[in-house]
Order: sequence, then C-alpha cells, then structure tokens
Amino acid sequence: MSESKSPIVEKIREGVIGFGMARWIIVAFLFIIWIVAALWTDENLGKMFGDCLVRTGMNGVLVLALLLPVRAGNGLNFGLPLGIVCGLIGGIIGMEFAAEEPFGIFATSEFLSRGWSGFIFAHVVALPLAALCGLALGWLVERVRGQEMMVGIYVGFGAIAGMCVIWLVIPVKSQELVLPIGGHGVRQTVLIDDYYTRILDHWPRSAEEGASAPEALLHRVFDFGTMEPVEAGNAKPRTRAEARSWVPHRKYTGFFVPVGVLLYWLGMCGLLALFLRTRIGVAMTAAGSNPDFARSIGIHVPRMRIASMVASTMLGAVGILVYSQSYGFYQLYKAPLWMAFPTVAALLLGGASLKKASVFHVIIGTLLFQSLLTTSLPVVNTLVKDSAYASSLSNLPEIARLIIQNGVILYALSRVTGGRK
Amino acid sequence: MTSPPPALELDGIRKEYYGNVVLQGVDLTLAKGEIHALLGENGAGKSTLMNILFGMPVIAETGGFDGEVRLAGAPVAFGSPEEAMAGGIGMVHQEFMLIPGFTVAENIKLNREPLRPTKVFKPFGNALRRLDEGVMHADARASLDRIHLDLSSHVLISALPVGHMQFIEIAREVDKSAIKVLVFDEPTAVLTEGEAETLLGIMRELAEQGIAILFITHRLEEVMRVADSVTILRDGQRVWSGPKQETSVEHIAETMVGRDLESDEVPVLAARDEKPQTTILEVRDLAVAMPGESVRGLDLDIRRGEIFGLGGLAGQGKIGVANGLMGLYPTTGSVKVNGAELRLNQPRESLNAGMSFVSEDRRGVGLILDESIEMNIAIPAVEVKSKFLRGPRSGWLKSFGWFDGTAARRHAESMIERLDIRTMGPSQAVGRLSGGNQQKVCLARAMVLDPDILLVSEPTRGIDVGAKKLVLDLLVELNREHGLTVIMTSSELMELRSVCDRIAIVTEGKVAGILPPDAPDVKFGLLMSGEAV
Repeated sequence: MSESKSPIVEKIREGVIGFGMARWIIVAFLFIIWIVAALWTDENLGKMFGDCLVRTGMNGVLVLALLLPVRAGNGLNFGLPLGIVCGLIGGIIGMEFAAEEPFGIFATSEFLSRGWSGFIFAHVVALPLAALCGLALGWLVERVRGQEMMVGIYVGFGAIAGMCVIWLVIPVKSQELVLPIGGHGVRQTVLIDDYYTRILDHWPRSAEEGASAPEALLHRVFDFGTMEPVEAGNAKPRTRAEARSWVPHRKYTGFFVPVGVLLYWLGMCGLLALFLRTRIGVAMTAAGSNPDFARSIGIHVPRMRIASMVASTMLGAVGILVYSQSYGFYQLYKAPLWMAFPTVAALLLGGASLKKASVFHVIIGTLLFQSLLTTSLPVVNTLVKDSAYASSLSNLPEIARLIIQNGVILYALSRVTGGRK
Repeated sequence: MTSPPPALELDGIRKEYYGNVVLQGVDLTLAKGEIHALLGENGAGKSTLMNILFGMPVIAETGGFDGEVRLAGAPVAFGSPEEAMAGGIGMVHQEFMLIPGFTVAENIKLNREPLRPTKVFKPFGNALRRLDEGVMHADARASLDRIHLDLSSHVLISALPVGHMQFIEIAREVDKSAIKVLVFDEPTAVLTEGEAETLLGIMRELAEQGIAILFITHRLEEVMRVADSVTILRDGQRVWSGPKQETSVEHIAETMVGRDLESDEVPVLAARDEKPQTTILEVRDLAVAMPGESVRGLDLDIRRGEIFGLGGLAGQGKIGVANGLMGLYPTTGSVKVNGAELRLNQPRESLNAGMSFVSEDRRGVGLILDESIEMNIAIPAVEVKSKFLRGPRSGWLKSFGWFDGTAARRHAESMIERLDIRTMGPSQAVGRLSGGNQQKVCLARAMVLDPDILLVSEPTRGIDVGAKKLVLDLLVELNREHGLTVIMTSSELMELRSVCDRIAIVTEGKVAGILPPDAPDVKFGLLMSGEAV
C-alpha cells in the first residue's frame, strides 16, 4: 500500500498521525464553534481570535513551567502555586515602592514600581525567592519518590493557605495595596492599571501611545488590527432593507495580536528547547527517561530532579507576572489555588504524558486549550441565551471546561504504568 | 503382588516458549517416601518443570505442554497452583511466602483456617464464620512438633530469625493433611550450617512418614547425604538418572556442566602466545549489597589485556561484581585501577577511571527504550566524555555546550554499520529492536566511552545464535586488536570457556577458584557447587 507513496506524502502522513487524534478532534471542534459563531451569533470573530492569542500568551509561561519536571521524571508539577505565590510576592513588593513610605522605611521609587522597570523589578524580587522555594519543593518531592504529584498538590494548597495569613499581616503602606478596612494587609484584588497593565500585550506601541521611533516602527510591522473595541457589527438582517446595509465583515475587525507577550513566551520556549539540547538538558532528560541508565553513566539523578523543580518554580513566578499584566490584576489569597489544574490540562492536551513532554506540546496545548475556553464560552452563551433553559444552560461552558480539564488529567493519570519499562 | 504406583510420575514432559524448546521429553519418577534430588545448571529446565507440576498460569498462557503428569498413578492436569495443592503437592519456597505481621499459627493455617459458625453473621454463609483459634493453634502445634520445632505458635513471624522462617514454611506444608509430594526449592540457600543440618534431618523424617520429596539444590554434598536417587537435567534434557549409590559428587558435577562437542556454538579460541602480566584491576575484600546477587568479600586480580570470565550459578554473586565495581549498588572493600585507589559507590568515578559497563539488565539499566539508537549511544558520551558537543567544552560553561546532533548521528551510523545493527535507521527507538540488536546498541554505548576496561554482564542472554557469535567475536576483536581488558560475566559456562583467558567461579559471594578455559568439566562443576577442587 505504501510503496507507491512519495516521501513528501509520507512525511505529511506521519505529521498528521504524529499530531494525534485528540488534537485533531479539538481542532475540528474549534472550527465547528467558529463556524457556528460566524453564522448564528453576533460574536465579533476578529476579537475572538485576538482573545485566543491573548489568553494563549497569558497562560503560556505557566504551561512552560511544567515542562522540565516532566522531562526530569518528577511528573506534572502540581506544586506550581508555590511559584505563583513567589511571583505575586515580587509583584506586590514592587508595587509597594510607589507608596510614600514603602513598608514604612524606604524612599519612594517610581522606577522600581511602574512601567518596564517596575515589571522587571517584580521579576528580580520574585526569581531568587522562587529559586529557594523550588529548592525546598525539589528536596521534598525527592523525599517522597513516587508520590511527587500528590505531594505537589498538597504543597500548592499549603503554600496558598500559608500566604493567606502572610498577605493579611504584610505592613504595606500603598493606598492601592492596603486593605481598606483595618489599614494593614493586602487587598484580595490589586489593580495594576497604573503600573504595567498589558505592558507585554501592547508592545510594540504606536507613536501616538508614546513609543520611541524603533518601537513605533515595529508597531507598524506588527499592526494586525486595533485594540479598540469594535461594535459588534450589525445584527443579522431580518428584513430586505436591513440586508442591504448589512456589513458582515464588521464582525472581524477587532482582531489584535498581542505581539509582546507572544514573543516573550515563544522566546522562552526557544530558550528552553535550546537548554534541552545542552549537556545538562540531555542529562535531565536521561534522568527522567531511565534513572537507572542515568545513574550508570554517572548522572546525579536527584540533583537533576531538584534542578527541574527549581526551574519550574521560577518559571511559575514569571508565569503569573505575565498572566497578571495581561489580566490587569494581581489576585491574591485563594485565587491561585486551582491554577495548576488548567495549566496541567493544557500541557496534556498538547500531547504530553506524565513522562514525556516537549516544547511543541507546550505550544500546541496552550493554544488549543485556551482557544477552546475563550471561544466556546461566549458562543455557547449566546446560543442558549434565548432558550427556555437559559438559566440552567448558562453554566454549560464552565461545566464543559471542568469536564475537559479534569477529564484530560484523569486520562493521563490512568495511563501511568507503574514501575519501569 | 503389584507394587503401589509411584507418588509422582512425569512422563515425556516437553515444553517450548515461542519456539524455544526448554524441556525436551523429561521423565521423572518419584516413589513414596523417596527423596529425589533434581539437579541442573541455571536454565537447565528445573523451574519450568516445577511450573508445569504446579499448573502455573504461565504454562497455559504460553501454549501448555506435552507429556503427562501422574499422581499416585492417576493422570492429573492442574490448572492453577491451588488445584495442585489440593491434589497433594506442596512446595517449600526459596523466598519465604509468609506474612510477617501474622503469628506462626496464622501463617501455617492461612486460608485453610478451621472455622466455627457465629450467630451474628449466620445469614452470610461461610465467608463470615469465625476462626477457631483453639483448633488453629492445636493444629499448628502438631505440625511444629512433627518437624521438632520447639516454638510457640503464638509468636509473630517478624520476630523470628531468618532460619526459622524456612521451618515455618515446612510446617505449613506438612500441616496440609493430604500432602503426598513436597518440593524443596533450594531450601538450604539461606540457612546456616547448623540449620541446614536440622533441615536435612527433617526431610529424612518426612520421607520416612511416607511423603515423597523432590529436592532442588546445587549443594552436591547435601544431595549425597540425604537423597535416595538423583536426576540431572541439562539444556532441557534428562542426562542422567539413577540411585545415589551409582553416582558421585564428581560425576554429578561433570554431568551437569559437560556438553557434547557438537553442541558447541562457539569454537574455543587458540591460546595466545604472550601472557599479559601487569595488573590493571586489583579487588580486595569486595562486598556488594546487590539484592539476590550479593558479593561477600571477594578478591580478584585482573591482568591488563586479558579476557577474564566470571561464572557461577545464579544468585551466587557473580552479577554483583561488575555492578559493584561500577558503583551501582552499595559497595565496600578496596579497588585499585592501574594502582590508583578507586572511590567506590560513585558511578562517575568508575567511568572516569576508564571502566565501561554493559549491564545484564539490558532493558532496565542498559538502554532508554523510548529513545533513539543515536541518543542511547550519544547520551553517555555527552555526559562522561563531553563528546558530541558544540560550544564551550571546559570551564563552568561546559555544561551548556549544545548537543551536536549531526556528529552523534554520524557516529551512530558508523556503529550501526560496524556492529551490523539491524534497524530502520539511527532514529529508531531501541525499544523496537530485537534483543540481539539492543545488545549491540549497549555495546556501542559502552565503547563510545573509549574504556580501558570493559565489563560485560550476560552479553548473550536472550539473543539469537547469530547475534551471539557477533557479540563474542566483537569482544575478542576489541581485546586482541585494541588491547581492551574485558571482564565478562556470564551464566553460560561454554561461552566463557570459548573466549576467556581465565575464568573465576563465584560461589556464595566469593571466588571459589580460578580455572583456565580448558580445565575439565568436573572442576567447574565442583567449584559451582562450593566444593574444593
């Protein structure tokens, strides 16, 4: 059967099979949703696609954070909230410097709190902290070999609970941070509007937005659409007169590419892909693929595993900073509690397993999972709006999200084969 | 007057695993009250024969067997070990099948407990009837007395010394009232001399009570003391059977090991003229805690440029030697490579000292099954020798050199050609290769480190004849042409004798003796059985 096929056809065939059935189904499902949205709803498709990209870039780094522990044999890092908390601490400490008396002692520094320098300073504070926490997490999961994921979940939950107490007692002075009642402790939701909201998403900015000449030039290169909310086009025509003035393409004008955040994420993906080809990266992969093999060639397997957890926690910290700049808020207290789960689901959806994962899985998984969430939610909502079951069906997308998210995780866990081989 | 039928008859038992014949028509007759020793090297077919006798599922799953098993004259076909036990066959296991948290009586009566009805759970039938503790302990007491074990039946197993556990196993089998045939599988392996003595006494007594005993062991001296008759298996064939009086330790040893000349797969190589003399590896008092293959105080001197063989029966520690030298299992003692003391328990140190290892656990330690051939060969080179890297090679940045896929592929391609690895290409996952080709990849991965000393464990296990010859030829070639010192561990004595300059037989964790490859069979057999030559 296959002898007559040309190598190109063969390559394509391999690629199609390699992409995996699950992913083709999701791609098909996405197309169905988009077609439905185009034909039967008033959704602005351009904005919808733009949102998919924004959500992808926003969550991408968090998904990337899961890659190394899988490669090193630690499974899925459900302890990701630990890194997230470190990122949040970095962000809050940075913002506090805008206050008159940061923490009651230092001098005010707009430089450390706002704009690019503020965003970078948040990284500077968060990363060493995350490295330390990652070291502790790595040490802990090394102690509970075989139970990494379960212990990770508890560490994540525990870190969140512990931080709830700490957020309450942190002596912040900034009016934007402090709890209005009581006068100490940090708020539940911290608005970062005046600090670095969407600083990555909106890069490169246009000249009108105050960009430098090179940035403005880049902006023109990457100008795929506007960020201005476009009115949702005209409604579907009901009469002949309406049909004459109907401009269907208005539905597509809100398209926007968050160039900065995508570059930031993809750049990090590239770096990690490169890292996996270094001597350490190869050693880490070997340690994960077959610890006995790795040990027999002198690789210190526990050290590799701990290093993967350190890297993962640090990327988790960066991940939440990227997420928050896009989101516009820092959400503290219990908000990060469940963040590891959609992240894990995205990676698995991309085709990773508990033992194998690649940068490709991260990229595809994030794109598909976030697109699915971003588009199915409004579309299904619009579709069921007028139905008699509207109130009961309005939760459908959320229910679907939970089923997909937890179903994917469950599926991956059920496929673990104990022991080696 | 017709004599009663023998307790157990095995008639023309033939078994093959996937076309590989492991038993070719074995007969065995066990009379009532007889102790019959079943002897043979590893792989001679003893275990398979026992699996057939006990109706182990693995036999049926692999296509059943030919021949007939008769118990007291009546043909039987056991479908499971439970049926075999109900039929009156018992087994004293080499590894103890006891529950440490249960008492002696509970272990003896496990799953055969005397029950008495309770009022509360009466409607639920048998499963919820109460254990009759009184009867249990009385029965256990009787069984313990029967083997003269002065021990309370209330003691927890976990509180007993190892030696006693073996006796509890026996008590459990003896307690089964219908027991007719009892199999002892290397019962003395873990016992001290005194305990072994007692055990042999018990065996004699049980035999006198009319139980037929099948005694599997490798200690020939024990055979001579207690057995009535002897059957020797070799390569799935019964090569000798008869009463003990007609044989001797020497005869058994020779029969177990000896091969017909025409069955030799590899011809013995011509001896070399120059005798290498300098010592490359000096091992003193080596102890390796490798489960099931522990080494206990082994001394060795390996000469530069020789092929040194390590032989012996399974479980005696020969496998542990190479694993200990490579730092893979907790090791103590002193090892000098080229006169320099080697830091033990550090795989990297051993590798840096110029040793390279082809593991007996090909699929576990030897290879990353999901990875490609090229990566399996390249990863060790990248890690140990910083080969196949671009960018910084020294200093602290050397860990961040980039992997050079092209160079690794070129190397893999050259190895595929040189070792004749049958594959679709260097990017094929090694898990998809046949055993022989996997072994060639293992060799390639050991050779890529440019070692001075190559440790090869069980290089031909589970691979076909053609690959076997290629692997052995390669070892000889590496040795003769590149001056590589080879330490080869193998269960196949013939294989060692065909390529090695000297062969050490490891017994009970120590070197029992070192022989030239052309020493007579009987000497090898005696060393394996722990007898002095």
